[in-house]
Parts: sequence; structure tokens; C-alpha cells
Amino acid sequence: MTAIDPTAHLTAEQIEELGRELDAIRDEVIADRGEKDAAYIRKVISAQRKLELVSRGVLLFSLFPPAWLIGTAGLSVAKIMDNMEIGHNILHGQWDWMRDPKIHSTTWEWDHVSPSEQWKHSHNELHHTYTNVIGKDNDLGYGIMRVDEDQRWHPFHLGQPLWNFINACFFEYGIAAYDLELGKNLHKRRRKNPEFRARARAVGRKIRKQVLKDYVIHPLLSGPSFLPTLAATFTANLVRNIWTHSVIMCGHFPEGVQVFERRSIKGETRGQWYLRQMMGSANISGSKAMHFMTGNLSHQIEHHLFPDLPSNRYAEVAVKVRALFEKYELEYVTGPLPKQVLSAWHKVFRLSLPNKKPKVKTPDREQELIAA
Amino acid sequence: MTSTALRSRARKLLEMVTTPLLPSDYLDLVSPLRAGADLRGRIEAVHPETGDAATVVIRPGRGWRGHTAGQYVRIGVDVDGVRLWRAYSLTSPTDRQDGRVTITVKAIPDGKVSNHLVRRAKPGTLIQLDQPTGDFVLPQAKPAKVLYLTAGSGITPVMGMLRDTGFDDVVMVHCAPQPQDVIFRSELHDLVADKKLRLTEVHTDTDGMLDIARLDELVPDWAERETWACGPAGLLDAAEEHWSEHGVQERLHTERFRPSIVVAGDGGEVTFSTTGKTVDAGGATPLLDVGEEAGVLMPSGCRMGICFGCVTPLKAGAVRDLRTGEITEAEPGVLIQTCVSAAAGPCDIER
Repeated sequence: MTAIDPTAHLTAEQIEELGRELDAIRDEVIADRGEKDAAYIRKVISAQRKLELVSRGVLLFSLFPPAWLIGTAGLSVAKIMDNMEIGHNILHGQWDWMRDPKIHSTTWEWDHVSPSEQWKHSHNELHHTYTNVIGKDNDLGYGIMRVDEDQRWHPFHLGQPLWNFINACFFEYGIAAYDLELGKNLHKRRRKNPEFRARARAVGRKIRKQVLKDYVIHPLLSGPSFLPTLAATFTANLVRNIWTHSVIMCGHFPEGVQVFERRSIKGETRGQWYLRQMMGSANISGSKAMHFMTGNLSHQIEHHLFPDLPSNRYAEVAVKVRALFEKYELEYVTGPLPKQVLSAWHKVFRLSLPNKKPKVKTPDREQELIAA
Repeated sequence: MTSTALRSRARKLLEMVTTPLLPSDYLDLVSPLRAGADLRGRIEAVHPETGDAATVVIRPGRGWRGHTAGQYVRIGVDVDGVRLWRAYSLTSPTDRQDGRVTITVKAIPDGKVSNHLVRRAKPGTLIQLDQPTGDFVLPQAKPAKVLYLTAGSGITPVMGMLRDTGFDDVVMVHCAPQPQDVIFRSELHDLVADKKLRLTEVHTDTDGMLDIARLDELVPDWAERETWACGPAGLLDAAEEHWSEHGVQERLHTERFRPSIVVAGDGGEVTFSTTGKTVDAGGATPLLDVGEEAGVLMPSGCRMGICFGCVTPLKAGAVRDLRTGEITEAEPGVLIQTCVSAAAGPCDIER
């Protein structure tokens, strides 16, 4: 959809061959999946719970500033782990193969205001099936932003750097609203739809529980440390929201990531589907700690190719995937977090303004001139 | 306010503290065997019995309700990271002082769980437990004469009975390929030496399979005995026929370990048990399509195996993953992605 199609040099046969090679990578991991992987997710879950317990324990004394700092930092990390490496990946069914009903996509609930069930629909089903297809994948700008030149500009978009910043701070609420398709459903007629009302009630219940826990019960338990604990949980949620928002922006917004037209996915083959995931996602480079804290969404390309493979395997898969990018002469968009975040924000700012007038009239016109 | 109401209030408050998790999720980190937890057990030792059988000593959680001799327990063991459930007879007496229970497992060829338990299980491992169950048990009133007719690992529930309750007149006929394959052999011979048991071993490698008609010669008064039989289907079928022919079938109690064996095929009859619909399905058609075609309201999502929006319990039979060819057999708690699974033989989908 971008002026130059970066996959134009590939023949249909090559694309199907690419698909087969990716299937082989997937099969290899599935055949090898086992005890070590199961031990990994159990260890992460147990570590997250212990960290959260200890942090909340420390916050009981948060009147004392060092306790506030340690507790807030610990709780922020615990919330990020719950959201990213644990919640996001379990809800993708990455650990369903273990047949442990406690670590399963059908039973897991996360420390997040969007109920798992609704998020699975909007994220796993809509976003992962229709990745970067304008009009089908609402993750493209979350319905409040313009993220590609081909989207029509509207004066509303002038404010999008501000919307994006507010969205980052309250990201979990943004996601809940997004899962509800609030913008579309707030019209008078749709508001009354019983199915929408039931989902809205479920979100309401979840928000009530989360808010009660973080902003009432835990501060109350802290007694004289009521206000510092309140501030600490608010800060931890803010840190978690800004962090996840940044990581997620890096997944599909940086420069170099392609978007697709609705008609381009009609009758898409397996190979073409894979190719769209490859061109529609971007990675974050960095240390093991960085990959862990992003829930391995730093391997966004690999995650989009194989959303149900255990996250702890993406790093090894990435080596093989990257080799395929090179073999097929495709651009593997990646970079360190600051660079990718900056690139995504740059796009948010740039597209808040209407497109610049093209210097030449149209590419077609140019072709004609050359031909003449 | 009653104490129950108080407790329930306190529990609600605790749940508010730990939402979206439950207080038990945190307690499980430190005390997985406590009262009130999901029932689990800890493997404390594994003792070899024969070349391919071992006794597993398990300390059950506080919620364990105890068993009756002859009963079995379902256990959930993580093998290569995958939780698999199997049923094993309890071989320990019911009044064991240390509160432990034992199961005795024979490794069957290609048996994932049995081989794991016999050869690789480590003390300290947590396993999942169900409460003991089964009606292959001794009656309240002691029968005067008892016959135990067993073969192979069929001896395990009977060993639980032998260790639990002594009778005045007990005869046992046990079949195993060779003497060294007889599980609990030395203990059985001790019982024989103490005149608590009369034992006939049939070594099928040399003697051939037990011909049920030989019972007249081995145990002349078999028809007068209350009989408990456990072993392969062939033996039990022959015994049932034999006891019926002599009109004493009410004295025979049998236990079958493997009521049905799943044979994975290509396509088959699919039953949607909740809606009560049954249709024939090809081996290449996703079960989601099969269900929708049959008018069953199926949960669905991406239809390509990535969103896990269509997972549904597989109650019986086997299915094939259309992407990898992998076969999944029904077991309690097994969920399948209907959009990428096809019938591999007859199967039952809970919809």
C-alpha cells in the first residue's frame, strides 16, 4: 500500500515456499516443547506472585520514603510481568498444551481492567487475523489516531499526539474501551443492544474490583500509610500503562512497517498471510531482561508469525526468522527501544497533519514522462 | 452473625485483596497440600517391584478422604510438561499409620504416564489427585471363602485387599509371563509361608495362557468362593462366561482397567453430546465446520488456529491436528481447537 511494495520482487511460488519454511520452524518448536518450557512459565508465575506479595507488604509501611520507592518499583515490575510475559501470552493459548487448568487461556484472568474474554476477541481474533489491514484491524491507531498516509485526514487528528499521550497513561482503560468498541457503540441505538450492555457490565465489574483493590482496600490496609500506598499503586499502574503502551506502539507503528488494504487479503494463502505478518510487525532489540519485560513482544515479528508458540522460544525462533528475511530480501524492522518509540511517536506527530502535496504530480504521470 | 456467614464475609474480603487471583493462588505457593486446597499429593518415594513395575509412595493433601481396599485413584502427572490423568489401584492398606498411600504401576509399552512413573518420577514432585473411587471392593460381611483371580498388573487392587483384610480361607491364582514378572512376589510368598494364603502362579511364557476350565483342577471349590478378578479383558470375559455357565455369576466381581481403546482413524462419526447431534465427518474437515454444518452453535474465532476462540472439550474419541497431524485423545479436561482439528475416528465434542 505504501508507494513501493517491498515484496514486489517475490513470485507466488517463493511466497508459498516461505510459508512452508515458516511452518517447519513452527513444527520444530512444537515437537520440542516440553518440561523445560512448563517449568519456565511456572517459575515466572511464582516469581511474579512473590514479587507482588512482597511489594504490597513493603507498601504497608510506605509512609517511610525508601519503603515507598522499593514497594512502588516492585509493584510496577510485578504488574508489568502479569500483563506482558504472563497474561498476554497465556491468553494467546501459548501454554494451553500443558493442560493445566490454572494456566490456560480459557480460565486466566489478569490484573487489568479489560476482562480477559473481551480482550481475547479484539486482540487474538481481530488484530492477529487482520494484522495491519486498514478498516479491519482496529489496533491501527486504536480508532483515535491516523497512522498511515492512506488513512483520510480529519481536523480531529491534529490532537492525536495528546490523545496518544493520554492513552499511554490510562492504557488499560483505553484497551477496555477499545475491546468494547465504545466509539461505535455509544450511538443511541447501539447502546441498547443487550449484547453490548452485557459486555459493558462485565467491564464495569472488572473496573470496580480493580479500583477497589488498588485504591481502597490496599491503602486502607496500610493504615497511616493510606495516602502513600494510594500514590504507590497509582504510580505502579501508570508505569505499567506507559511501558506496555510504548512496547505495543513499537510493534506496528515504527517507520518501515507496512499496512494493507482490505481487498489485498481476499483469498490470502498461508504464505501470503505469513508475509503480511512479517511486513506488518517490528521488533525491539536489546538484552534478555528487555525481552522479558516486554513479555517477549520485542519479538513482535515472531509473535505475529506464531502467536501460540511459548514466548520463551521466540528468541531462538528469531534467529531462523531473520535468516528467512535475508534470504527473501525483506526488511526486518528492528531497533533499540528508544529509537523505535521515537520513530512511532514521530509518525503520530507527522500524521496528525494532512499529507504533504506530492512533488511530482503522480507516479503514473512520471512513468508517462519517462516513457515519452 | 453465624460463624459460617462471618467466614464467608472474611473470604469475600480476602478475595477483594487478591483479585483477580484467589487467596488460594498465593497459599498454593507455600502450602499446596493444606486443607481446603485442590486435592494434590507429593511423591515421597518410588520403589521398584519388578523390571517394569514400581510402587509410588504418595503423601496426599489434607483433603484426602481415605479409601476402601480395592479402590482406585485418578492422578494427574505432568509428563514432558503436559498434564496427563490416569487411574491406578491403591495398593496400600487403609490403616497405614503414616497417612501415605501407594499405587503400583506397571510400565506398559509406549505408556507415557506409566513409564514416567516407573522410570523417571522424582521424590518431591507434586501430582494432582482425585478422591479414591470404584466399587471393586470387599463387602461389609466377611465371606467364608475367597478367590482372587488376577493377571499382570491386575494384581494391584487385589494386593490392596490382601494387605487390608485377612480372611480365613483365601486362594489366589495369578498369571504373569515369568516368575520375575510377578509383582509383590516375595510378599505373596511370605503370606503363603504364614499360611494366610494359598497361591497358584501361572507363568504364561511356559504354561501358556490360563484356560479358565483349569480352575476345576487348581481351585476345585471355586464356585463356592466369593471371587474378585482383575486382569486383561480376555481373562475377564472368559471368567464372566464361565461363572455364568455355572449359574454363580453373582459371586464374581471384576475390574477392567481399560474399558475402551481409542483407535485413531481418518474421519468418523462425530457426536455433539450437548445438542444431541451425530454426523459423519471426513478426516480433512475441521470440526468447527462439521458442527456448523450440522446446525450446532459452535464458538469460533479466526478459523485458522491462532486465536483460541473455538476451544471446546473433547469428551471421547480422538482428533487430528490438521496442521501437524498430531493426534489428541479424549481425557478429562482436554480441550481442542475445533477450527484446526478433524475427526480421527469417532469422537464426542461437548457442544
